[in-house]
Parts: sequence; structure tokens; C-alpha cells
Amino acid sequence: MRAFTYQRADSVTHAAAAAIKPGSKIIAGGTNLLDLMKLQVETPSDLVDINRLPLDKIEETAEGGLRIGALVRNSDLAADPRVRQRYGVLSRALLAGASAQLRNKATTGGNLLQRTRCYYFYDVTKPCNKRSPGSGCAAIAGFNRIHAILGTSEHCIATHPSDMAVAMRALDANVETVDGEGKTKVTSIAEFHYLPGNTPEIETSLKPGEIITAVTLPPPPPGVQVYRKVRDRASYAFALVSVAAIFDSTRGRIRSARLAFGGLAHKPWRVAKADQILSDASADTATFNAAANAVLEGARGFGGNDFKIPLTRRTLHSVLAEITRT
Amino acid sequence: MEMNSPIGPNALDKPGVVGKPLDRVDGRLKVTGGARYAYEMQQEGVLYGFVVEASIAKGTIRSIDTRAAEKAPGVVLVLTHRNAPAQGTGNHREAHPVLTGSQVMAYGQPVAFVVAETFEQARAAAYLVDLKYHRSDGKYALRSNLKEVRVPKPNDAPAADSAVGDFAGAFESAPVRIDVTYTTPLQSHAMMEPHATIAMWDGDKLILHTANQMLNQGQRAIATTLKIPAENIRLISPFIGGGFGGKLWVNADAILAAIASRELKQPVKVALTRQQIFHVTTHRSDTIQRLRLGSDRDGRILAIGHDVFSGNLPSEQTYEGAALQTRTLYAGPNRLTRHRLAPLDIPVASSMRAPGESVGLMALECAMDELAEKLDLNPVELRVRNEPSEDPEKHIPYSSRHLIACMHEGARRFGWDKRNAKPGQVRDGHWLVGMGMAAATRGNPLLLSKANVRLDPDGTATVKMAMTDIGTGTYTILAQIAAEMLGLPTERIRVELGDTDFPQAAGSGGSWGAGSSGSALFEACNALREKLARTAGMDPATARFDDGSIASGELSRKLTDLVGAGMEADGEIRPGRNNKEFSQQSYGAHFAEVGVDADTGEVRVRRMLGVFTAGRVLNAKTARSQAIGGMVFGIGAALHEAMTLDPRFGYFVNHDLAEYHVPVHADIPAIDAIFLAELDDRSNPLKSKGIGELGICGAGASIANAIYNACGARIRDYPITLDKLLSSLPVRA
Repeated sequence: MRAFTYQRADSVTHAAAAAIKPGSKIIAGGTNLLDLMKLQVETPSDLVDINRLPLDKIEETAEGGLRIGALVRNSDLAADPRVRQRYGVLSRALLAGASAQLRNKATTGGNLLQRTRCYYFYDVTKPCNKRSPGSGCAAIAGFNRIHAILGTSEHCIATHPSDMAVAMRALDANVETVDGEGKTKVTSIAEFHYLPGNTPEIETSLKPGEIITAVTLPPPPPGVQVYRKVRDRASYAFALVSVAAIFDSTRGRIRSARLAFGGLAHKPWRVAKADQILSDASADTATFNAAANAVLEGARGFGGNDFKIPLTRRTLHSVLAEITRT
Repeated sequence: MEMNSPIGPNALDKPGVVGKPLDRVDGRLKVTGGARYAYEMQQEGVLYGFVVEASIAKGTIRSIDTRAAEKAPGVVLVLTHRNAPAQGTGNHREAHPVLTGSQVMAYGQPVAFVVAETFEQARAAAYLVDLKYHRSDGKYALRSNLKEVRVPKPNDAPAADSAVGDFAGAFESAPVRIDVTYTTPLQSHAMMEPHATIAMWDGDKLILHTANQMLNQGQRAIATTLKIPAENIRLISPFIGGGFGGKLWVNADAILAAIASRELKQPVKVALTRQQIFHVTTHRSDTIQRLRLGSDRDGRILAIGHDVFSGNLPSEQTYEGAALQTRTLYAGPNRLTRHRLAPLDIPVASSMRAPGESVGLMALECAMDELAEKLDLNPVELRVRNEPSEDPEKHIPYSSRHLIACMHEGARRFGWDKRNAKPGQVRDGHWLVGMGMAAATRGNPLLLSKANVRLDPDGTATVKMAMTDIGTGTYTILAQIAAEMLGLPTERIRVELGDTDFPQAAGSGGSWGAGSSGSALFEACNALREKLARTAGMDPATARFDDGSIASGELSRKLTDLVGAGMEADGEIRPGRNNKEFSQQSYGAHFAEVGVDADTGEVRVRRMLGVFTAGRVLNAKTARSQAIGGMVFGIGAALHEAMTLDPRFGYFVNHDLAEYHVPVHADIPAIDAIFLAELDDRSNPLKSKGIGELGICGAGASIANAIYNACGARIRDYPITLDKLLSSLPVRA
């Protein structure tokens, strides 16, 4: 860990203004940032602590959705009765992530911004374009069991590790931000996270000095909500593949469907064509196959993660069969 | 006492406190933070060290620039090979000399040591040490380097090869044959407490608070490395947060701290980070194991062959003895076992919980399952038919052996008769459900140990020995033994361990700890009983010790009236002929039920039972905990644990606990371990056998066999992760 200055922000605009300075970082739960600082993967010169800002409320919106403050802890969000009743997929995704202790500290905004778990990213002695642009990608020809099969580039095949963000992607959440001049902005979660492309070090649409204040959820879509996470052990492991599914179906007929995936790409993965295939369709194997094909279009394995292609297909079938059975 | 003859009836045979499920006597200290571990010892004026690891696997240090680190805030010393003192060369394991030159032998080798006033300063400065290397080609992956294997010749392990009869001929002509190859991965001990040391000097005397399983061995090894007399070295280690073999040796943390402290004339403390542990300390080698079993049509083994490949540094002779149990577990007239060692340029491989059996049984016991299927025989019955009447290679009797009883009792309790022998037949929702079993066995060594016990006028007995408790319950069983022998309540027994100023002891490892240290204490207590009896004018042979008194006939005297200012005695146990004339092992049987997700291949253990015989059980609670802990280890070995080597860099890619997976609570279902009554009068005066490793032995194989029974996939490459199962699962789409 390198020496850094520390200040506690007393207002959102103060925090945003302080965060403009190159090298400065916002700290909220710190569950990811501190680990990375100890390994010098992150070397901020200044930390701006936003934990005392009034961003820890969950409120109803006029449209019938929820507005979740950026500092709402993962545990509190998962346990909120409104979330549990109307956004079950979000509650389940949160509880599938990390451990109870981490969820008690981790925040909504921080969860969206957590960094990849790529082994090479975590080791400063190894090449990594995300950590050290231009140094190369050690994962592409290396050990890549946990890496992406969709939306990769020749520069980076890392995945986004969040479960929460996958559920939010299925729920069409929006991310509210504010900059140092107090200007607010709303970005759909679809556009919030970036694919790696030529600049894997740029992971979100956030500009320097811009901070997340809230995530808003539109009114809940009709239907059943499911989150299925496939992993190497029963708890405390990142997703090999995860599926957030929201399905409105009855008696073998699907009215509407939304699917989002974790563990497959640099961002929560959602394919409009797959959702369309599943809308106003018969709940049968042919439909599921077509949806799986749409999701996996362009999928490419790198050796260690080839299995994610059949695994995604099988997991999707499993979820679809389960969800449309009732 | 030297173990040369059977132990007759003794004071432990009557029902008493030995064997009772007593709570740990140190439990309260542990849960309240009162038990202080090496790194927690407070020391005035202590400085903090941080290890800089080599980031190449093989080559030489071309340049090392420490100027920025030396100028960094708080830094008082940067040690490198240029300014480190000359050291004696012990072997790589016991107390590896550090910073000896510019050669890099393995990834993670310490190449600098930064000492500063605070931990954060030392860590930050460590990143400022600028190292440049000449990289040379190395050999890293076991499977890529099998052409250069050699026959290992260690001086502290059995010979690499064994042969009885004509294996090749008998296997060739056997009516039923199994010829399969299993592989097990690189594993890390992943104990809870990291390796840590505080070193300080008092003149020419060195004191080390360090996490170490075998203090006397460590003391001798450090003496060689630091070139000072052993009597000038004191190791203190009253509490250890797990070791599993990873703390059998003196690691770089202790040597670096000792050297820096001598240089600075101040105490220096250091703990390895979790990430550093994977490379800086030892690990278990991966193995490639070929099993050949030939039997007649009734399942009687005619030929049994086990070939094992493992890897280690070119300078090392330690091999993973995965075929050792195959020499003694089953009958059969024609036998062949061979161990070969590939010289590899990766960190030193060494003992990890049940070295040999742990991974050997993961191959042998699955091959037995494969043979049972080929014979259409119940796996339990196959093993019963191959029960030997004597050790089949050494041709000596077993000291005690109740494997069949363990299997039958386990089968009965587990409901083994409900297993469908045909794989893939049982479903519970989307789970494919299967059952598997495997035999457990582990050698029972005895090591030299000494003890001192002293009874004071206040009625308190104090036990002292340089024994360690690595979380197993040693404090508790020693208190029970002393309480039983002296007729005192356990609250009146004070057990002091973990200090080389105390009598020499075996330390913890190899399942020898309780038997060796407990027997030394038993002997010390016997000697004290004799002194007390003589003082009371009674016959030591018939005197009874009970309730703080000694009694003979109608006569009774309070012990506190006999001890004067305090009375003490020493005791000692030495291995003898019993270890050569009898084949000594503990035994058991594992039964597991698993679910395999029919869609995703996720494996979850549903329930598990281990039934064991290990001589006298000294504490029913800590023994059960030990056995269950071993079974959990076995679940991890079967399903989760693997260090992945990246041959481009010669390093372990997943060197943290986020990606080196060990089981978490949610992975451990209803699990139980029971011990059947047994006394082994050839093992030691307690008639006990070691249990620290028995639980892991065979556990993983029972999981693998259950997976096969659940879904029909025979995975011979551990760990059995879901990607290896997908192609065998029912078709989707």
C-alpha cells in the first residue's frame, strides 16, 4: 500500500470535486479497493471517504419503482421488504455474492464498480492491459478458467464479477451520478459498463469527478424472477455463469422474458434478440435452443473457459424449464 | 521406556477421564483472544519486516537497486544477498538459508527483506526494491518433465520401490484387470494462521516466537543455518493456528527475522501475507499415479501395482509417497510399487496432511471401485475378500487392524444397502444422487518425546514439554492423562507447551503428536506416582490415586502432604522394536452421498460418515473434531483444491484464497465420525494410535466413487470440478 491522503466528504458535490484530482479515489465499503491497494494494483494518492453522505436510503419513486442510494449496504438492500417482494431477482443475486461480512460493508455503488478477479490483474508482476495499459494480456494464452467468452477483445478477456449488477441489468436499472459542479446525469446500466475493446482500463462511463449517487429501478416487470448462480463451491465463489431471468408465462406460453448473464463478459450480458425470441413464444426446447443460440452468438473460448459455452446453454435450459413449468 | 514389548494392563484401562469428551482446556482462551499467537506477542521497540519475492522462477538477479527503498519513510534496513550474512547450508526444508546469492531457484524465493518502523512502511518500501533478472529456462510442469525422472533416495522415508513375487507375469495373466491413471493437483496447506515470527537477541542468545509444529527440530536446524549453538536458540510457540505440515519446517520468515534482528539489535516481527504463503512456503506436489489391479473372477487380487510420479526441486529427495499404503492395505501375492521424482524448478514440495496416503488413496480406492464394478461385486465385499492376514510385503503381523469392522459398521449406519450399483439411477429433482465408499488407513509413527511433571503443595500439577498444539487438542488430552494418572481433577492440571526450554518432544505432525507426547507424560506420571508411593511408604504397584490422595489397603494420604516444597519426575518414550516387528496403521471406512446437478454438473456432498479404529481414543470430542476436519479436507481435495501452475512464468496463478478454493461451511453437509473401541498394545503405553490425518485418508475417494455412482462419470483427474462432468451428463436441448 502506498501512502495516500484521506479526507471525509461532507457533501456529494464536495466528494465529486475532490475526486476530480488525478489519482484520487472514492472509498465507500472498501471491500475491493483496500485489497487492491495492499497489492498495489490500485495506488491512489488521495482517498475521499463518502460513508457519511446521506446516500443510504431506499425510496419509492413516483413511477412505482425504487431509488436505491449509492451507500445502501448489500445486506440491507437484499433484506429490504420492498426489494424482496417486488425485485426478488435482485435480493437473490445479492445474497449469492460474497459473504455475510462483506455484504454488511459493501455498497450499491461500490458493487457496480468492483474490479475483475482475473488472476493476472491481481499480480503486479504480470502483464495486464487493464492494470497497466500496453503491457499485454497474460490471460489469453494463460490460465483462463474464469474468463469471458463474450464481448472479449485481443487486449482483455476479463469478466465483471458482480452478481448484483446482473440482476439490475435484467431489471433495466439506471445509474444516477453527479459531477463536481453538481450536474446530475442518468445512465442506463446497459451503457454504464463498457466492453474492454482497446481500452480495458476504462470500465464504466464514469468521468473523473463523477460519483454514483443512486441506482433506480423501474416498476417491476410482470412475471417470476429467478437468479441462478453456477459456481465451484456452494458459497463464497464467483460465478462461472449466472442467469438473472424474469419470465411472464402461463401454461406453456411465454408472454415476455428478460435474461441477463454474469460470468461471461466484461459487463452484465444481455441480448435483445434472445429476449425477443422468448416473447410470445411457446415454452419448449426449440424456443430455448433458439434463445441460447442468440445469447451465445459470437461466443469464443480461450482454452480453460471453453466449458462455459455448453455450461451457459445447459444452465439456461435448466432455468427456463424450471421457470416455465409453473 | 522403549517400545519393545506389548503393553500390559495399566492405569488407563479403568474407566476415567481419559477418553471423555472434555471441552478443550484452552477453548476459553481461544474464543476470547487470550491465546496469543506468534505475531501477537507484544515486544517493546519491535520493527516490522516484509519479504520481497522473486518474480521469476529461474535465473539470476542482474541488478538490485535498494536506494529508493532505503530512503523510504521508516525504513531501517534492506537485506539482500549483497549484505546478508553467510549461513550454513541445511537442507531446503528444515531451515532454508536465505539471500545466499544471486541465483533464483524458484518463484517466490525471498530476494530482499525490508525492515521498517511500521508494517505499512515496510510493505510500501518492499515495492520500491528495483530488481532486474536474467531469466533462464526452467522445468515447471510435472507432466511435461516425466522423461527426466529419477529414483528418489531420501534418508527419512521408505525406499522408493518395493516388489514381491512376479507382478508383471501375474498381472498379464490375471482374468480381470484394471489399468488406470489418476492425477492429483498441486495443493497448498491453507492453514488459518499465516507463517509468522518475532525474533530477538539477548546477547548471543536468540529467542523466536514462531509458528512451528516441531520446535526441537527447528532449533537444531536454525543452529546449522545461523551457525550458532542450538542451546543458544529458544523457540516459543504455545499456540499455532493450524499447520497441516506447512509449519513442520523453519520457514524464511524466521530466518530473515533472526538475521535482521541480529543486525539491528532490535526485535523484528514478520508475517507472510496470504498471497506469499503459496510460493514462499512448501506445498504438496501434484501426482500422476498408474494403478494396475489384477484379480481372479472372485475378486481376489493376484497382482497389485502402483506407480507414482511427483516433482520437487532438483536438490530434493522428498517424494509424495502415494503408493506407500498400497504396500500394506490389501492382500495379493504379486506386488510392485514405484515412486519417481521429476526435478522441477518450482518451490519446494513437502509434507501436507497425510503425505502419501492422502492422495494415494484417492487413486487406489477409486481403482478398487472400478475393479468392484468390473466384477459386479459390492465394493465393501471386494475389500473384505482382500483382507490380509499379515502385512503382505513385510510379512509381519499387524499390531491391530479392524478395517472390516469399520466397513460393516459404516455400511449399516449409512444405509449402504440402499445404494443402486448401477450409476445414474437415482434422482432427487435436478440432482443425480449417488453413494460411494472407500477405506481409510494411515501409518502410526512414534517419536522420541520427554516430559516433566511437577506436583506442588497447592495441589496443582504442572506438565512441561516442548510439545505443540496446532489446534488439535493436545493441551486437553495431556491434562486428561495427567489428571487420570495422578488422581486429580483436570482443573488442577496446568499444561505448559511450546517452549524449547521444556523437555524435548516430538511436536505435531504425521499423526504422532498425541501418542508420543502423551506416552512421555504417562511415563513421567508413573515415575511421580512411584516417588509419591515410596514417600507414603506404600507399594507403587498397588497404590491407588484418586481424589487428590494416594491409597493402599486402608491407608490413605493426601498428595499435598507428601510433596514437600514440590515433587517432580521425568518421563520418556522411545520407538523400539514394536515399530519394526509390527505393521502399525489406523483404519477406517468412509461413506458419502453426493448430488450432481444434472444440468450444470455442480457437485454437492449431501451426507458423509467416517467409521474409524485408532486404538484408545483420548478425548471423544477432539478426536471426532479431528476426524471430521480430515473428512472436510478430503472433500476439498476431491472437489475444490488445486494450485494451477502457469508454465510460462513457473508460478502458481491462483495464489490467494479467493481462487484457491477450500470448502466453505455451505459445502459441508450432515457429517459424522465415530470411533469403534480398540486398544493397540504395541503402539504406545496409551494403546492409542494417531488420528490427525486418518480422516482425510480415503475421504476424497469416497466422494469420487459417489460421483461415479450418481452420474456414471469416472473422473480420474482431481479435483472433480463441474467442467469435467458436463460431457457425461444427460443431454439438454
